[in-house]
Amino acid sequence: MFKRIKATETPRVSFSFEGQPIEASTGDTVASALMLSGQTHFRNTPISQSERGPFCMMGVCFECLVEIDGIPNRQACMIPVREGMVVRRQKGAIGVETE
Amino acid sequence: MKACDLAIIGAGPAGMAAATEAANAGLSVIVLDEQPAPGGQIYRAIETVPEERRKILGPDYAHGAGIAQAFRNCGATYIPEATVWNINPDLSIDYSRHGGSAQVSAKHLLIATGAVERPTPLPGWTLPGVTTAGALQILLKAHGGVGDDVVLVGSGPLLYLLAQQMIAAGKPPKAIVETIDRERYIKAARHLPRALAGFGYLRKGLSMMRQIRQAGVPRFSGAHDIRIEGVHRAEAVVFSVGGKAHRIETTSVALHQGVVPNQQATRLLGCDHAWNESQRCFVPKLDVFLESSIENVFVAGDGAGIAGAKSAAMRGRLAALRVAQKLGHSNGADIRALQADLKRDEAVRPFLEALYAPSRDILQPADETIVCRCEEVTAGAIRRAVDLGAPGPNQVKSFLRSGMGPCQGRMCGLAVSAIIAERRKEEPEAIGYYRLRPPLKPLLLSELAQLEPEATRSEPL
Repeated sequence: MFKRIKATETPRVSFSFEGQPIEASTGDTVASALMLSGQTHFRNTPISQSERGPFCMMGVCFECLVEIDGIPNRQACMIPVREGMVVRRQKGAIGVETE
Repeated sequence: MKACDLAIIGAGPAGMAAATEAANAGLSVIVLDEQPAPGGQIYRAIETVPEERRKILGPDYAHGAGIAQAFRNCGATYIPEATVWNINPDLSIDYSRHGGSAQVSAKHLLIATGAVERPTPLPGWTLPGVTTAGALQILLKAHGGVGDDVVLVGSGPLLYLLAQQMIAAGKPPKAIVETIDRERYIKAARHLPRALAGFGYLRKGLSMMRQIRQAGVPRFSGAHDIRIEGVHRAEAVVFSVGGKAHRIETTSVALHQGVVPNQQATRLLGCDHAWNESQRCFVPKLDVFLESSIENVFVAGDGAGIAGAKSAAMRGRLAALRVAQKLGHSNGADIRALQADLKRDEAVRPFLEALYAPSRDILQPADETIVCRCEEVTAGAIRRAVDLGAPGPNQVKSFLRSGMGPCQGRMCGLAVSAIIAERRKEEPEAIGYYRLRPPLKPLLLSELAQLEPEATRSEPL
């Protein structure tokens, strides 16, 4: 379990992950906020649907891909948290929308 | 399109120092960096880190504050949160930022994109809860987060630095599982006389070891047959030492086998690379001024070969001075002194490279181990592709899609080349590496559609 060494005095930011409210600090990325809330499962792979979570935290590995405000394939470790963000797990391959 | 004398990709120690040197020499400089603030990974969050955390991270980290401040004040155009996705042969650079795309053009380019962690394919390394050691250090540096049952696994100075920082933060690692054995110490010992020139580094290393011992962190040396167990996430690390099996329960495993140059940009441009046997990675071929095989393209920092943060800043300055000299802005008087300083700073490297050489476990993973994490391609599948006649990584890629997922080979490239080389009984140099193509990072079609060649939307400092 990851915890902050000290409760930060920076303003709080709240957003949702899979419908659950998450409390973060200003300066958090989506990935750091989720890791520090005990989340480990960020996505399922398109190949075997196996569970994955952040691996490199520096924008290289693409393991922390999530859907943010309806846009898939977002690197959670590169995107700062914003109030009211709606974050969901990325489940497998992205479908193509047809009308 | 914004034009400049020198464009720099990356705002770590090399990029920041180069920008400062070049701007001070009177060059127009644009710095593109993917992060929201300067520092790179080594000095991540250096401008905003609270005092308490700065103490935990230690003086080497704090040293970055001066470099960042000089960079902020130097007059270079700094464009943060910019993801470079293409570099054209005429040195115009395409990047996306805040949902749109823009271009800059440069007379000279400095690639200062640093290092990435060496691929560490082991059974179970894809489970949530398994990260690189660098990832946990970033969580601590940038966000003040630390785990309470972390097991550090592998080889390299970063493992001990991270352990020391975790101890200072009041959460020592649960254990350190080292893949270095006695034989390594003997091999490394012959490099010691030369390493003594870098006595400062050796003393720091010994001090880290002492602190880890005093904190009572269990250390296991010579570990092999390492695997991570778990169903939905990491639950335990299992390994052997001298025929004795060990199992340590943990929810967080941090892997590390050293860092290697980030080759994406230099490969995209088609710079020549050579295999460095001591560092066990590809390094771009550079002249004594850090210019690559492509005229006007320079590489500084760990992307030019792993040498650490101090060397990175010096290399950045060296490349900047050379560009200034070529443009007639400098007489190059400091160049020779910098080259001598660099040589001294790098003296410790052969010793470290021999001691912390990557373990065989990860260089030649078992057949069933996943190597390409994105496309879930195993070592066995790669070997079968070689047996079917695939001569190199690009053919293996066509056969199996390894390296074709979103990370574009960043996490598997070196491992794939090493597996093919071993199977074909050839040198990695002959096997080569993935061919890199734009975009360097996946981007949305809407970002491409909004390419604004005339407006760069940059904010001068």
